[in-house]
Amino acid sequence: MKPSETLSVAWEGLTANKLRALLTMLGVIIGVAAVIIMMAVSAGTEATIAEQINSLGSNLIFVNSAMTQMVPGRESSGGLVYEDAEAIVDQVPTVVGFAVEQQTTASIKYGNVTLDDVTILGTTPDFPSVRDVQVASGRFLNQNDLDHTAKIAVLGSTVAEELFGNADPIGEKITVGSTKLTVVGVMAPKGTVSGMDWDTRIYTPITVVFEKFLPSRFARMTGDRVRTIYLQAESQDVIDSTILQVQLVLARRHNVSLDNADFTVRTQQDIIETQEATTAAFRNLLGWVAGVSLVVGGIGIMNIMIANVTERTREIGIRQSVGATEGDIRRQFLAEALMLSLVGGLIGVISGVGGSWLFGHLGDMRTVVVPNSIGLAFFSAALTGIFFGYYPANRAAQLDPIEALRHE
Amino acid sequence: MSALQPTLPAIEISGMTKTYQVGDAEVHALHGVDLRIEPGEFVSIMGPSGSGKSTLMNIIGCLDHPTSGTYLLDGEDVSTLPKNELAHIRNKRIGFVFQSFNLLPRMTALKNVIVPMMYDPDNHMTKEEREEHAIKALQSVGLGDRIHHVPTELSGGQRQRVAIARALINDPVIVLADEPTGNLDTRSGEEVMAILDDLNARGRTIVMVTHEADIAAHAHRTIHLRDGVVESVVLNSSSLREPGPEGEEMAHEAK
Repeated sequence: MKPSETLSVAWEGLTANKLRALLTMLGVIIGVAAVIIMMAVSAGTEATIAEQINSLGSNLIFVNSAMTQMVPGRESSGGLVYEDAEAIVDQVPTVVGFAVEQQTTASIKYGNVTLDDVTILGTTPDFPSVRDVQVASGRFLNQNDLDHTAKIAVLGSTVAEELFGNADPIGEKITVGSTKLTVVGVMAPKGTVSGMDWDTRIYTPITVVFEKFLPSRFARMTGDRVRTIYLQAESQDVIDSTILQVQLVLARRHNVSLDNADFTVRTQQDIIETQEATTAAFRNLLGWVAGVSLVVGGIGIMNIMIANVTERTREIGIRQSVGATEGDIRRQFLAEALMLSLVGGLIGVISGVGGSWLFGHLGDMRTVVVPNSIGLAFFSAALTGIFFGYYPANRAAQLDPIEALRHE
Repeated sequence: MSALQPTLPAIEISGMTKTYQVGDAEVHALHGVDLRIEPGEFVSIMGPSGSGKSTLMNIIGCLDHPTSGTYLLDGEDVSTLPKNELAHIRNKRIGFVFQSFNLLPRMTALKNVIVPMMYDPDNHMTKEEREEHAIKALQSVGLGDRIHHVPTELSGGQRQRVAIARALINDPVIVLADEPTGNLDTRSGEEVMAILDDLNARGRTIVMVTHEADIAAHAHRTIHLRDGVVESVVLNSSSLREPGPEGEEMAHEAK
């Protein structure tokens, strides 16, 4: 029998009982839709994470102070200082950019508007490129500002809006604590990243923070303390070796061993790993749901195909009597099972893509339909059909024509 | 058909036995049957139930293997062929006509007649050619206006005529009719027998099982089976064929 005829005979067999065929396909439909939605959700989550990585700044290394046990007889190293950053840049060639950060809070006043507890972030000129933020108008800090402890400020977008409304803040003077700073720029909105609202703070040269806002005598004695040093590595490939060199430089400068360091060196990767673990757990769960649905769907197909074979024993006998071989009968019933699973797969693909869209638009879950998942789902559905269709088809093929003709 | 070798019998069966295993007991359905049917013959087989006539029909129809003995169909030994070969023999060299018609219920008359062509690996006709061929076959049994009807829309006689068209579609060596009028009223039965007579008159070999004497009388010969052996062979000189004296009886020894 020609393959096209096998298919058309199988199709006629299926469409003879449409409701049953549809119910049989339900398991496959759910399984396939689950595969596609699963992949779409995890791809969406990954895209969100990738964006967060990029918004942290690329190839970024964070150096923070850490609590250490005090070793008797040895002076406290005093944490990270500005000079540490300079030393690292000098000694580690794969560091291509750096920014330091020290912050405090103060109230800001302009005209009759006062904002309390605004984060004052002291930093260095490379900050925008290292942390991937943009200046919307005016300019950011430069080395000259830093060297001369220039009393200037760059405003976060929310701060600018609240203080100045629609007016242009550039060139205006604001009062921060008791210090007057001239606004030289406004940052583009960035939103909340890792729980911090980047738009409600202001930036000023770190030297200004050291002199005006953190006049701690202790800090002045040991150097200009910084909260975080951001380092930008040349590329993703050199991150590991860069981290090691940074650790060695700092350990030597602080006179500590790496086991008991008074600093931590982390990457973006470390920070997002927890998030990824959550996504992976979710993806695995959905994977199991999809897998179980496909198996259940397959068993449904097998069940109905066995019922089909029993019900159509007479038909099989008739076909055998007019010359159908075992292979002809087997192919016919396999084709039916395959069609059930493929049509089910097709409906599943449509529901999966539609479901992903709904998830993305109705929930706050981001979904990206992965083209490969459609192929994967189809392939799994076909495999299910062949695997669970084979036994009933084989049973049909091996019926004795005399018995089959006598059936009913 | 077998006109190329007129001396070759359509069916030649010798020493055929068939034993079924039922639980611990052996049931001997056929005890040693010898049978020779010439091309163009019309033979009927009669016998009470349990005589082995169904078994013999199944073996002649290549639905079953004999336990021993040989069966030459058109000169070819088919008694030991594997299943798939038997399927091909059924497809191309045997046309079945059953008591219960055995049409595929959801298919139109036309599609039912096309089915054997689909299972013929040597049939390379296009879909259109097959349809044309099947329509001709249906027209030849007087159903040219019924080709798109499904079996439930046809009368019993019409269904049996569809079955005959299907049996003939691959030009078989023999037509095997198993109680072809058993489910039909007298009138429809006569129509069907008229078609079989006509087929035979045009040279088709027909083997028919029946338990009705007047139906059996359409054949040239009637073979009576009893207890798995050929009890007697009666030559018919039926009024339907050639008016004449009564049939001559030939005794056969049971083995």
